[in-house]
Amino acid sequence: MTSPGVSETRYLGTRTDPAPLFAATGVTVRFGGLTALDDVSLAALPREVHGVIGPNGAGKTTLFNVCCGFVRPDAGTLSWRGREIGDLRPHRLAGMGIARTLQGLGLFRGLTVVENVMVGADRFHRSGFLSGLFALPRSTADERRLRERAWHAMSEAGVAGYAAAYPGSLPYPVQKRVALARALATEPDLLLLDEPASGLGHDEIEELGAFVRGLTERMAVILVDHHMDLVMSACDRITVLDFGRVVAAGSPGEVRDDPAVIDAYLGEAADRGGEHD
Amino acid sequence: MSAPTAAARRFLPSSVFGRNLLTVLVALVAVVLVLELTSPFRNSQLATMSYYAIAAVGLTVLTGLNGQISLGHGALMAVGAYTTGLLLENEAMPFPVAMLAAMVVTAVAGIVVGAAAARLHGPYLAGATLALAVGVPGIAIYFDGLLGGEQGLRISSPTPPDWFADAMYFLTAGEMTSARYLAYIGWGTLLLVVLLLANLIAGRYGRIWRAVRDDEIAAELAGVRLGRMRVLAFVVSAACAGLAGAVLAMVVRLAAPSGFTIVLSLALLTAVVVGGLGSLGGALLGSALLVFLPPAVTDIGTDLGMSGVQAAQLAPFVYGVVLVVVMLAAPGGVMGIVRRLRHAGRRARGRGGPSRPAAGKQGVGATDQGGRG
Repeated sequence: MTSPGVSETRYLGTRTDPAPLFAATGVTVRFGGLTALDDVSLAALPREVHGVIGPNGAGKTTLFNVCCGFVRPDAGTLSWRGREIGDLRPHRLAGMGIARTLQGLGLFRGLTVVENVMVGADRFHRSGFLSGLFALPRSTADERRLRERAWHAMSEAGVAGYAAAYPGSLPYPVQKRVALARALATEPDLLLLDEPASGLGHDEIEELGAFVRGLTERMAVILVDHHMDLVMSACDRITVLDFGRVVAAGSPGEVRDDPAVIDAYLGEAADRGGEHD
Repeated sequence: MSAPTAAARRFLPSSVFGRNLLTVLVALVAVVLVLELTSPFRNSQLATMSYYAIAAVGLTVLTGLNGQISLGHGALMAVGAYTTGLLLENEAMPFPVAMLAAMVVTAVAGIVVGAAAARLHGPYLAGATLALAVGVPGIAIYFDGLLGGEQGLRISSPTPPDWFADAMYFLTAGEMTSARYLAYIGWGTLLLVVLLLANLIAGRYGRIWRAVRDDEIAAELAGVRLGRMRVLAFVVSAACAGLAGAVLAMVVRLAAPSGFTIVLSLALLTAVVVGGLGSLGGALLGSALLVFLPPAVTDIGTDLGMSGVQAAQLAPFVYGVVLVVVMLAAPGGVMGIVRRLRHAGRRARGRGGPSRPAAGKQGVGATDQGGRG
């Protein structure tokens, strides 16, 4: 974990400051009269974990939906590797190198675990319809490659032992890992995790934190979560949302001490005591 | 996996195509035996079953694997049948060419319908395809000069060429009647269609279709283009319906609006559901039921001393009862029951032993919804 001072230099420094991999600038979303997001900016740097926190209804998931192209912002821009993304469509994300897990997991219940993860690896398929129709060697080799990729992602997420099971038959924490494996199988450069800790026990959350830190060797991560322990320990940088606005941004240390944050979120969480899961 | 099956597995080809081809070749031998050993009446029943089955396997891919309901497959069969009828007029071309053309024309119709259908769900999709089923026969009546109106198009069925009759006589010493020849055409087409669909289902397309059916958003996030995959499923399904229509035209020797009413579309859908949605084997079973159950019930009725009319009315009643019972007792259809029994057996055998071996090597074709009964 970097100390606030180091983080500060990295943030402002000119020498090693990497360009953001992904940035949202001035994003505003209105649903009818309700402003869900108001001029929100966020930048994910390569190989860093960026946390987005805030009370329920602060706009965290809406922000994710904007980042994935499910919600079109009324104002603001998104950029990927320094280039503005004009027309973001969800199905393009995987090809760009962005993966996302869903709050509701969204596992394919009619597919086995390995097939679920193979769908994640699908962007690497090479053979076409005709070779699939005639089961040509091309298509068989392609299937083997996809299965190997899936296997790799499943091993990493620790679900390789469940390959032939259907997701519905598995305990919730295992299902979450399957969803994670599916996202990892797309081999993203940026991974968006929507509430990865929800429904997990204390030990599992700790494990998850270590796992996410490990991912920074090859990708950037943006995670949305309620669990302060996870966010504080796993994130390099945190953006705090409240009522659709950014109330604070910075390193975990800075955010923790920010009075606005204590007021908006931590104070509330403290009042509620150990209510979370 | 028990020892005998493991031993048997060693002799089976390891590739998906090899396994599917082997199954189809075994089925082909069975088909030849059955067609040679049965009467011309049974032959023509089997020919009827073949075109129902061709359409049903296509429909089960669309509805069972991709989750799109279609009440318009009877209309798509009409497109195939009329195309075949027009092309076979005055024996303008050999029948395989006419069948291929019917398939292509229907597939193109499938692109149009599928593109519209890809944006619709549930009851809206059912409504849109229902319109197709109601509307298309009307086209034949409107263009009565070309399409024969209410009377329909008479179709000159292909007759068995000498070399085929000779070859089959050499093989089986059976005579090649016209009904038998048509049944061969139907079943040959059916086996080919099943082989190709089994390939598709076992591979990437089957997997992606099912993924789109189960969770659109997750599939989209994995980079799947939903619309394109839905249209593809519709086109594949329509191509099957086109071929089915072509076989129907030749077997029935007629393409008339009365043959392609909504009843046909519903019959196909019930066949697919009774057999077990998404399973090719289930679609075959369902089609067999569709063709063989009513006459069997009528026979039983006459044996019980009913009058001809009473016995004939018994058939749709029993079919309806079967449908209701299947839906209540086994919503997964016949294949659903088979699957459940197999699963229970496996669990009973696995109890007490160590955890099941990692199933990583298991082919996608071995999954229950990809398998062929």
